[in-house]
Amino acid sequence: MTAASRNGALLELRGLRTWFPIKTGVLQRVTGHVKAVDGVDLTVQRGETLALVGESGCGKTTVGRTILRLVEATGGSISFDGIDLTPLPAALFHPYRRRMQIVMQDPGSALDPRATVRDSIAEGLEAFGIGAGHEERSERVAELMRQVNLDPGTMWRYPHEFSGGQRQRICIARALAVDPALLICDEATSALDVSIQAQILNLLADLQEQRSLTYLFITHDLGVVRYFATRVAVMYLGRIVELGPTEQIFASPRHPYTKALLASVPSLDPARPAIKPAALGDVPSPANPPPGCHYHPRCAVRLPECAIEDPPVVEFADGMCRCVLAAGAGSARA
Amino acid sequence: MSAPLLTVEQLAISFPAEAGRVRVVDGVGLSIASGETLALVGESGCGKSVSALAIMRLVPRPGRIEAQSRIRFDGIDLLALPVTEMRALRGGKIGMIFQEPMTSLNPVTTVGSQVLEAILLHTRTPIAEARRRVLELFGMVGIPDPAVRVNAYPHQLSGGLKQRVMIAMAMAMRPRLLICDEPTTALDATIRAQILELIRNLAATTGTAVLLITHDFGVVNAVADRVAVMYAGRIVEEGTRAELLGRPRHPYTQGLLRSIPRPEARGGRLEEIKGAVPRPGQWPPACRFHTRCPHAFERCRSEAPARSAVSPTQTAWCHLVEQGARP
Repeated sequence: MTAASRNGALLELRGLRTWFPIKTGVLQRVTGHVKAVDGVDLTVQRGETLALVGESGCGKTTVGRTILRLVEATGGSISFDGIDLTPLPAALFHPYRRRMQIVMQDPGSALDPRATVRDSIAEGLEAFGIGAGHEERSERVAELMRQVNLDPGTMWRYPHEFSGGQRQRICIARALAVDPALLICDEATSALDVSIQAQILNLLADLQEQRSLTYLFITHDLGVVRYFATRVAVMYLGRIVELGPTEQIFASPRHPYTKALLASVPSLDPARPAIKPAALGDVPSPANPPPGCHYHPRCAVRLPECAIEDPPVVEFADGMCRCVLAAGAGSARA
Repeated sequence: MSAPLLTVEQLAISFPAEAGRVRVVDGVGLSIASGETLALVGESGCGKSVSALAIMRLVPRPGRIEAQSRIRFDGIDLLALPVTEMRALRGGKIGMIFQEPMTSLNPVTTVGSQVLEAILLHTRTPIAEARRRVLELFGMVGIPDPAVRVNAYPHQLSGGLKQRVMIAMAMAMRPRLLICDEPTTALDATIRAQILELIRNLAATTGTAVLLITHDFGVVNAVADRVAVMYAGRIVEEGTRAELLGRPRHPYTQGLLRSIPRPEARGGRLEEIKGAVPRPGQWPPACRFHTRCPHAFERCRSEAPARSAVSPTQTAWCHLVEQGARP
C-alpha cells in the first residue's frame, strides 16, 4: 500500500501541465502554447467533494479532461489510488477509466440522439464486459434508472422525449453504470433551471452517500460550491491560486482573486442589493499570461515584485495560497 | 404617479403546432415607468424572452401576436404602428441588449463603425460629431482606451468588452426604454458584476426605463426596482424587489427562491419543486402550477386563479393568497 492511499487520497495531480500548441502559417509551425493547465498540484481525498472553481478559460475543464485522458497531458503526473497512471499505455489505462467517470454540462449534446436511453446507459457495461448478455444488462439499466429516480418503463425511449433535468439523470445513470469511485461533474447543473438544479444536487448528495462516491466538482457557480463542496480549489489562468476547506474559503479567503470572486456573487438578501465589482478589467488570455503573478494586472493590492517574480506557494495546515501577501501567515514552499 | 412609459395588456403570442396554434404567452400584463427597472423572471420556456421580442415586434415567424394584445409605449399603440415607424423606434427610443454579444456584433467591421452606423441610421448627425459621440459612449460604458478600441474588431475584444459595446450601441440614441435579455448570463462572475453595476448606473443617471429578462434572482436583487415572475406563459406574481425576494406569496416564487443553494442550507437538503417545467402546449388547465404546487387543492385544478392584491404594490395569482391563507 502506498503512502497516498493510506492518507485517503484517491486522486493526486502533481505538476500537471496541459499545453495546446498554437500553429500559424501554411506550414503550421508551432509558434507558442496555450498553457491551459500549467503546474497544477491537487489531491482529491476519498469521499470528499472537491470543487474546482474559476472563470472561463482558467483551465478547470481541461484539468478534468486531462485526468480522463480525453486530452493528453504535456507533463506532470496523475495518480489514482496510489498508482501513477501517467506512464500507462492505453490498454493498461482502460481499467482505470472505469473507476473515473464524467458528467458534463449539456445533457442534450452528451447523449446520442439516435440511441435509446437503455443503449446509452448500457454502453459502459458493454465496453467493460459487465453483465452477461442483453437481458441482464437491461435489468441493470432498469436498476440504475430507479436509482436516479427515472421510470425504467421509459428505457426504450430516445433522449428528445425527456426534459433537460431527466436527460441529466440519464447521464448520471450512464456514468454510474460501471461503478466508478470518482465522478467528475463538469458544470453538471449549470445548464439546468434552478428548480431542476436543486433536484440534481439532492440526487448527487444521495448517490454520494449510498455509493461512497468522490466528486471533483468543476463549476463557476459559487452558490452551489458553498452549499455542496467539502473543499474548494480556486484556479486562475492555468494555476491553482488557493485551496482550502469551504468554510475557510468563504469566511476568510486568503488570495485577492478569491476575494474578488466572492465579492462578485450577487446577494439574494433584499436588504443588501449592492454588489461590489472588485476585480479590475478582464481575464487575460491563457496564451499570453502576464509575467510574475498571473493575477497582478487585476489585483487591487499588488506589490511591485508581483509583476516580476512568481508568487510563492504558501502552505497552511488546511490548504494553500499562491500569493506573496500570504507568505507571512503560512510557511512558504520553495 | 405619472403614466407608465410602457404598458402591456393581455399579451398573447402563439406558434403553430400539430393541433392548431399553441399559445406560448397567454395574457401577460406589465407596466414600466420612466427610470424604473422591471425584472421579468422565470425558468426556460416560460415565455419571458418572446414577450420582450413582442414589445419590439420581433416575434419570429410563424409566431404571431394575437389580436387581443395591447402594447402602448410613450402614448403610442405599438401594435398599430406602420413598419417603418416601428423600425425607427427600435434602436432609437427602444434599445436592446441580448445574451450573446458575440453573435449580435458584425464580425467583419470594427466595433466603432457599428456604433457609428447606429447613430447615422437614426439621425442626420454630421459624421465628425457622430464620431465624437461614439468616443463619448465608449467612455460612458467604461471601455478603457476608447480611441484605440473603436478600431477593434469584435474578436479582438473580450466577452465583457463586447457586451459594453452592445450597451454603448443600445444607449447611442438615448433610449427611453432599454430591453436587456439575459445580459450577463454568458459572462464570468467578476465581469457580470461590472456589467450589472453599469446598467444600474446608466438607468439611474439617464432616467431610462429598463426591462430586464433573467432567470437569476441574484441579478434581480442587484438591479431591479420591481419584479414580475412568469410561469407557463403567465405572470404569477409581481411586486417590489423587497417584497418578492423578502416576502414572496406565490408558491412558485417561494419554491424558486428556496431551491437556490444558500449557505444556510449547507449539509441539509435543498427544497425542490417537484416535476419538470411543462412545455408550451402541455400546460395544465386552471392554475398552471397546480401539478407542481405543494399546496394545490381542488379549486386549483378546476379554476384559474384571479389577481389578488397582497399589498398596494404586490399581486399574486393564487387561490390561497385570495383566501388570505399563507402558503
